[in-house]
Amino acid sequence: MINYLKNIIKGFSTILVGMKVTFINLFRPNVTVQYPNVHPLVRAGSDKMPDNARNKLNVIIPKCTGCKSCEKACPVNCITIETTKVASIDTEKPLMEDGKKRVFWLSQFDIDFAKCCFCGLCTIACPTSAIVHSTDFEYSCYDRNELLVHFSPFNKEQVAEKKRILAEEVKQKAEKALADKQAAEKAAQEQNITDSKIKSSDDQTSANQNIQNNSN
Amino acid sequence: MENHQFLFNFISEYTGDILAGVLIAIIPLALLLVYALVAIYGELKIASFIQLKLGPMRTGKWGLLQPVAEVFKLLQKEDITPDGADKPLFNLAPFIIFLGCYAALSVLPLSSHFAPSGLNIGLFFIIAISSLAVLGIVMGGWASNNKYSLIGAMRSVSQIISYEIPAAMCILGVASMAHSLDMNVISAQQQGGFWNWYVLGGPAGISKIWLIPFTVVMFIVYFVTSLAETNRTPFDVPEGESELVAGYHTEYSGMKFAFFYLAEYGNMFVVSAIMTVIFFGGWSSPFGDFLNSPIWQIFWFIAKSMFFVGLQIWLRWTLPRTRVDQLMYLCWKILLPLSMVCFLAMALGGMLY
Ligand code: SF4
Ligand code: SF4
Repeated sequence: MINYLKNIIKGFSTILVGMKVTFINLFRPNVTVQYPNVHPLVRAGSDKMPDNARNKLNVIIPKCTGCKSCEKACPVNCITIETTKVASIDTEKPLMEDGKKRVFWLSQFDIDFAKCCFCGLCTIACPTSAIVHSTDFEYSCYDRNELLVHFSPFNKEQVAEKKRILAEEVKQKAEKALADKQAAEKAAQEQNITDSKIKSSDDQTSANQNIQNNSN
Repeated sequence: MENHQFLFNFISEYTGDILAGVLIAIIPLALLLVYALVAIYGELKIASFIQLKLGPMRTGKWGLLQPVAEVFKLLQKEDITPDGADKPLFNLAPFIIFLGCYAALSVLPLSSHFAPSGLNIGLFFIIAISSLAVLGIVMGGWASNNKYSLIGAMRSVSQIISYEIPAAMCILGVASMAHSLDMNVISAQQQGGFWNWYVLGGPAGISKIWLIPFTVVMFIVYFVTSLAETNRTPFDVPEGESELVAGYHTEYSGMKFAFFYLAEYGNMFVVSAIMTVIFFGGWSSPFGDFLNSPIWQIFWFIAKSMFFVGLQIWLRWTLPRTRVDQLMYLCWKILLPLSMVCFLAMALGGMLY
């Protein structure tokens, strides 16, 4: 009998506790964002996204070394990168964001967001954190091609120009190497008169290496 | 107490008796429809606020037109009658349920000068007429020719019939204290401030104090049974959508479903109004003669009833659904003995005062 009454009182009081909880919640500020009318970032008062939010990708070109790790990491192959070596005769002396000398121009850096599955593996692979998730999640469009985003800072002419400069340099180097080689051969012939044969063959191999390096 | 005839007499002087009767009959219907819109909106909003959401916001300012939109949606929907259904029963069921709710409204005294029908056995009438809902539910569940509907209807019947007993006990307890079944008389007895309400022992002066615990428990018992009788959470096992799709109204759509919906909300108001009349002074003002004119009385009556409707909504979003056996345990082993004890005490009070 005592248990029975205790049970009743317990049941009743727990209901009151529950009602208290819901009553407090009734007057707490709600968490809904009226999304199309109010952007969630505006409501949050910053560009803060949840820590694990995986939105559209953004490439910070000044940070990107062009190592192509992201391209390899991507499971759906939606990143296409083409790099062009910075020619030493180029008048432009580009620097990385951290002040180091840039080695590659990013002549092409495309991400196809129609394919991207937002796994975020590319952001993990990137050694310089150049490829990151942005806070933009609303980029639906009417044409699928608009989802192919070009991150390269160059347009076609600029890319062609950079390629031409590089080719010129390669040509110059090749000419120089050829000239070097000829000069070396000449010297070797002159030296041949006095020195042994072995030395001249040494010179030749080093000249060959030089040519290979330049044409790289 | 011929006061409640005031409005009828007033109108019939101009229009004749028959037209006046029709007009008076329309008043509860209009009240019911307007109330249903308010209650549906309130339910949506309270539910969302409790869950820290906003609720409907697109239809009109703050979603105020949401209930109207829902009514139009239901009106437009195709009215399906399943092939295997028993057509006459199937089509009749929602109207019978609605009829029960509408008929119960007809005896509620909205003010000392207005009750649509001043029946002197009003309480008895309400107990009797609320059983019509059971009939409608069984008809709907059986005629649907659907196992879920039938199970839902069966559950509903067993639940409502069981809970009618403690509910009747509560009503009888108050009736024995008031020496009357006339709801207008009961309300009138509780005039003179909230101290005279039957939930606080009735209008018997200071010597009634020993009664207060019994009347308060009686009120709680009645509140719980009223939840069960209207099939509201935590006692909505007949509809239990996790088990029975939608219970007895699984097969209904369009306007017929709307009638079930309307009847559910209507019944919420009816039980709240009964609670108001028998425990909370009906139309009488809680502050004695302050604001106790017949017009204000309508306000008090509606405000008190809406408070209990709000309480039901609040409870719905607090408690999970009970199991069927727990439901029966609660009714037969807890509510019934409690109401018996309280009924004895209140009957004794009725004899003493
Ligand atoms: S997020 Fe995943 S799928 Fe998208 S580009 Fe990066 S690696 Fe590829
Ligand atoms: S992994 Fe990073 S640094 Fe390397 S190419 Fe991709 S974005 Fe550039």
